[in-house]
Amino acid sequence: MKVALTVNGDTREIDVEPRTTLLDALRDSLRLTGAHTGCEHGVCGACTVLIDGAPARACLMFAVQADGFELTTIEGLAPAPGELSLIQDAFCETHGMQCGYCTPGMVLTAHALLRDDPAPSREKIVEAISANICRCTGYGQIVEAIELAARRLAGSNAGPAT
Amino acid sequence: MKAAPFEYVRPSSAAEAIALLAADEDARVIAGGQTLVPMMAMRLARPARLVDISRLTELSNIRIDGENIAIGAAVRQAVVERDALAAEKTPLLARALPWVGHAATRCRGTVGGSIANADPAAEIPLVLATLGGSVLARGSRGARTIAAGDFFLAPMTTALEDDEILVEARFPAWRHARVGAAFLEISARRGDFAFVAAAAQVALDASGACVACAIGVGGATHVPTRLAASDAFPGAAIEESAARKTLALEIADIDIMTDGHASPAYRRRASIELATRALLAARDDALSKEPRA
Repeated sequence: MKVALTVNGDTREIDVEPRTTLLDALRDSLRLTGAHTGCEHGVCGACTVLIDGAPARACLMFAVQADGFELTTIEGLAPAPGELSLIQDAFCETHGMQCGYCTPGMVLTAHALLRDDPAPSREKIVEAISANICRCTGYGQIVEAIELAARRLAGSNAGPAT
Repeated sequence: MKAAPFEYVRPSSAAEAIALLAADEDARVIAGGQTLVPMMAMRLARPARLVDISRLTELSNIRIDGENIAIGAAVRQAVVERDALAAEKTPLLARALPWVGHAATRCRGTVGGSIANADPAAEIPLVLATLGGSVLARGSRGARTIAAGDFFLAPMTTALEDDEILVEARFPAWRHARVGAAFLEISARRGDFAFVAAAAQVALDASGACVACAIGVGGATHVPTRLAASDAFPGAAIEESAARKTLALEIADIDIMTDGHASPAYRRRASIELATRALLAARDDALSKEPRA
């Protein structure tokens, strides 16, 4: 079945079985492997992508359902090759990761959070990333990373979520 | 963890969706898919055909319908969460929605889908049952309204026929001067299924006396349950020790579910405590509001 997906601003038509999840289509057909395959039943958040700017589980949607939406993956956040978004940079600086498996989902969740609320309380940050499981349990530095990103966004001219 | 093969259809109207369901007993409706897709990944569900109703504009409205807020089957939970009309008219629903999964599932999951799925631990069915709402179902033989009390039959089982779709969920909108609500639950982790959940909505008059009350428990019971004690509180101020006694008396006798997560004794004890706390929190929420003219 043919479906046109708009990912990080580019629209491409792919041919997939209806049962192919959006996650598998991104990874296998579009070679965007930043969205990670974890539990494949909506629990872990490793496959988080943004659908029209809102975080969603790419494993809980079939690719054939995803036409017409603006999809954003972790590959779409950095302003240019070799660069990092402000949020990605904050994760690096605080070392908000250990093995890195949950990191793309964490960064995208943080991206959506800071777009809606540029100065979230610690409680709100914890609530947001409760949707993403880090099995290294490195949550302390992930929360720090999002707090640092929020402070930097407040001081930047770029506005939220760049 | 991949779904079995199926055919995917996106009908252009609710009528076409109903015809597709009537023509194929292995067809199933998909709206948000936040429960159905994991069930398919685990092969607990193997529909031969998915009928996707999520883009039907006729099912995408939130509107006032007489005494109710009617929420169309394709309306996503995140949309209701941000809807000012729903928050004002059904404060209990507004309190419950943040407990439903996570933001990342609420932006796809629908209110109607959660009700049609009828998970005993789900928050939205509990709100519908507690408030005494109803659903509008439509099938090849026409439309009918089903009261929440008649809709939830058993865990994951509803009164919907195979060729019927849930068209909209109707939540009673209270018109009292001071309405407060509270929703509480106990789960293993944030966003997980509730072992026990309690929902309460209370209306008070200017003197603080209760004029209307709805209280229910979920998670602990096979179906979301409105407590008969709801009708015991109007007429006087709600006071803690009497409330606890009334709720304990009723909950002592209700049929409690058991599974590997929590014993019936624990669920019963927690139900009494959470129901009491929810009722008192709903009262305090109402007390904090200025009486409306």
